[in-house]
Amino acid sequence: MSEPILELRGVNKSFGVVHVLHDVDFAVYPGQVTALVGDNGAGKSTLVKIIAGIYGRDTGEYFFEGQPVTVHGPRDVAGLGIEIVYQDLALCDNLDIVQNMFLGREETKGIGLDEVSMESRARETLTSLSVRTVQSVRQSVASLSGGQRQTVAIAKAVLWNSKVVLLDEPTAALGVAQTRQVLDLVRRLADHGLGVVLISHNMTDVLEVADRITALYLGRVAADVPAKEVNHSQIVELITAGRSGNLGIAENPATATV
Amino acid sequence: MTDSESTTTQDVVPAQSTAGTGFASDNVQAVTVGDSVRAYLNRLRGGDMGSLPAIFGLVVLFIIFSTLDDHFLIKYNMANLAVQSASIIVLAMGIVFVLLIGEIDLSAGVTGGAAATVTALLMIKHDQSWWLATLAGLAVGAAIGLVIGLLVSRLGIPSFVVTLAFFLALQAIPLKLIGAGGSLRYNDKVLRGLSIKNVPVTAGWIVAIVIVVGFGALALWRYRSRSSQGLVHQPLPLVLIQIGVLAVIVLGITGLLSQNRAPNPNFFNISGIPWVVPVVTALLLFWTFVLTRTRFGRHLYAVGGNAEAARRAGINVNRVKVAAFMICSSMAAVAGLLSASYTGKVSPGSGAGNDLLYAVGAAVIGGTSLFGGRGRAMDAVIGGLVIATIPNGLGLLNQASYINYVVTGGVLLLAASVDAISRRRRSAAGV
Repeated sequence: MSEPILELRGVNKSFGVVHVLHDVDFAVYPGQVTALVGDNGAGKSTLVKIIAGIYGRDTGEYFFEGQPVTVHGPRDVAGLGIEIVYQDLALCDNLDIVQNMFLGREETKGIGLDEVSMESRARETLTSLSVRTVQSVRQSVASLSGGQRQTVAIAKAVLWNSKVVLLDEPTAALGVAQTRQVLDLVRRLADHGLGVVLISHNMTDVLEVADRITALYLGRVAADVPAKEVNHSQIVELITAGRSGNLGIAENPATATV
Repeated sequence: MTDSESTTTQDVVPAQSTAGTGFASDNVQAVTVGDSVRAYLNRLRGGDMGSLPAIFGLVVLFIIFSTLDDHFLIKYNMANLAVQSASIIVLAMGIVFVLLIGEIDLSAGVTGGAAATVTALLMIKHDQSWWLATLAGLAVGAAIGLVIGLLVSRLGIPSFVVTLAFFLALQAIPLKLIGAGGSLRYNDKVLRGLSIKNVPVTAGWIVAIVIVVGFGALALWRYRSRSSQGLVHQPLPLVLIQIGVLAVIVLGITGLLSQNRAPNPNFFNISGIPWVVPVVTALLLFWTFVLTRTRFGRHLYAVGGNAEAARRAGINVNRVKVAAFMICSSMAAVAGLLSASYTGKVSPGSGAGNDLLYAVGAAVIGGTSLFGGRGRAMDAVIGGLVIATIPNGLGLLNQASYINYVVTGGVLLLAASVDAISRRRRSAAGV
């Protein structure tokens, strides 16, 4: 196994008296899809926000490409090459695909915008991701389907030569065909050498594209296993009970803490 | 993972592999005129009507008024209309900026009044030059916009409430400075001249031709550079038609206003474009550039479309909002000066009447959305012309002035309905 591109070690996080994350270790490898699974309230969102730099950590270390890094905010994280695609997508309906992909980081020539360069780069990125479903890069985002919007949001993240992409429930609101498109895209991102984190409640999706699965249970890592070594019911047990056979947390931590 | 690793080294899929795929349907570079027309009709059907209803309305108004009254279309009245509409148009241009970010500025009218008061006082009581006085007036506008913007963005008070408070409070400035029942003469050669003097005919033609040639060159250059780079662009015939339409409008207006329009042409010579027209044109070009070709403009649309997305994209939403309010209030100051220039005086009630509502109406009639994220500087011009045409035409018909209010209110309601309905259709059609 290669070095992890992004690694968190021993992360603890409390909100007041509520201890949300207990000694969480989390690693993302380049070229792999790491699925982050867990029930509601298991700490997935908190962990993502710590990675994103939105929340600070109480304790624990943050490594990027093997080096410890200090992260003070979302800008530092974006500077490292980590992009987060949020569930609610954060696209502007009134702007077109190119404008959305470059939002906040527009390229300029003189005092004006460099539309030529932006449009070419957006097209290149979409092409490199083999996105075929978009009619025109100058289409307004409002006219896109849910899957296409997800695609644009992901392409926006990839545009910036990012090394790690976190996808928060990318298929939650999608139909069958659109889920297919997005999962293919997730796979292609990893094939391009990026470290991909997939947060999902859909075990079928997870088993289909993930290389590794990290299961959280009540703020602890219940298991961090290669996807090939577990089946659907084992993951469900890890999520709901924190253990499955010889995998998982030795005793029920629910009684021990909180 | 095993078979996919082989492709890891390739960052970009070779171009030819996408040539036959669906993404090749993004071949907008080969689009025909027919396709563009169809795409445009689809946009209309989807509810994205832009300024079309306003242009249609303007044409209808012109037809009605010119059939009902012989004086409406005469050259003198056309020049009058241009001067009358100038301050509404400029105020509406400012309002477009706050509407774009989904806010409202109810105080813009009285801001204009306050700015005009300061300018007039500096010239009359303090013997300052017109340009210094104008700068002071603009500074008053910008300062008011700054305070409103900070209150809205930092404290999070709804702009409706903040600007309503400013609407009430700012009326004190002219009243205190001028005194109840008084008024200030506004007869500076330059500032008053904006409304009552005309550009020399030759100079007017030169500017008009420069604008047409400049627009044509720019459009063709854009077409060439975009088509040679293989980017989305309009078909050449459409570009040529656009240039042609602009040429007809600009040269037509210049030609009309360059004729002698004096009631008795043998004794007087009144000809040339009123000075306010180039002023409004310059503002239109400047703000169109800012809105469509700069980062700031892009950010305005983004904040209006989805403020949260803009924030996550690293845009300083608060700063954009403050800037929008400052632009609106500064433009309101310009509008106040133009309004004073038209009437020749500043009184305590300047800008407190229906000016603001007319300007909001003009922006909305022109196609700017009340819900944010959609609007252009051009909307203000088209909508402002509609709003100014109604009292102009009704005045010629010797209608009682109450009719004027009813008709203007009706037009505004109609425009807002068009906006709301088209918005609903847009979200249904997703255009």
